[in-house]
Amino acid sequence: MNENLFASFTTPTMTGLPIVILIIMFPSILFPSSNRLINNRLISIQQWLVQLTSKQMMTIHNNKGQTWTLMLMSLILFIGSTNLLGLLPHSFTPTTQLSMNLGMAIPLWAGTVFMGFRHKTKAALAHFLPQGTPIFLIPMLVIIETISLFIQPMALAVRLTANITAGHLLIHLIGGATLALMDISPSTALITFIILILLTILEFAVAMIQAYVFTLLVSLYLHDNT
Amino acid sequence: MDVKIGELPSWKVMWDFTPKGIVGAFQRGYCCYYDKYEQVCQCEERGRCWGFYGAYVLFNYCLSCKELKCERPHKHHQGETSVDGAL
Repeated sequence: MNENLFASFTTPTMTGLPIVILIIMFPSILFPSSNRLINNRLISIQQWLVQLTSKQMMTIHNNKGQTWTLMLMSLILFIGSTNLLGLLPHSFTPTTQLSMNLGMAIPLWAGTVFMGFRHKTKAALAHFLPQGTPIFLIPMLVIIETISLFIQPMALAVRLTANITAGHLLIHLIGGATLALMDISPSTALITFIILILLTILEFAVAMIQAYVFTLLVSLYLHDNT
Repeated sequence: MDVKIGELPSWKVMWDFTPKGIVGAFQRGYCCYYDKYEQVCQCEERGRCWGFYGAYVLFNYCLSCKELKCERPHKHHQGETSVDGAL
């Protein structure tokens, strides 16, 4: 039972070759680019969404922070599209892999921290000690702030992994329960089916929210360091 | 643009044989092809999207076929059925 529950999270292979790279690259097909002045509906909607998101996210930044706009917009589009594609039946979701999320979180967080230390060294070091701290608490608080700084990328990655994995597991469990109850008690199966529908709607929302939260937190770390 | 057979030589001389002209000719040809065959109606764009999703689901189903076989109910003995590995 345990093996079947987590079978959908194993990296997919085809004739022994890993095809996870193809699956990671697949969402890029869904964002066509166009060199026309007036585009078709799909591209116009996508461009409008990207402009809306970039305005909402990058307004708080100064000139230095706004150089990260392309990076952050690519990030939110990638995580959002990957999460949403993972809700299709039988599909593999790359963002359920902690390795991938750490691979995104650590370089982005490190980039913001190094940028802060390079351009605003005093302000970056000042983050390790909040203003108004009693003198006898200073050593302990510096240690706590250092730990909280290094936990940031771990929290970013684990938050995304746990949310997406938990949602997929719940869908798998409730779907299996609905299937098993269909022969035993159709009325109970109907209730579990309604719960499954509501859960799927929730998972669509979680997929988009988690992409937004990941990108927003990276944006906030950038704002603190620029 | 209608060209009569007798006017072909003079029409051919009118072509722009500079590199810019040749590139422009290919671009115009591709745009004519795109406008005539690819961008016929808006609904074709939506159909293409659903085709992608369907192909993606089918592709993933084929990959996970083996694991799914274990979850199917099958008969052990005559008259008895069991669900092996469900949940």
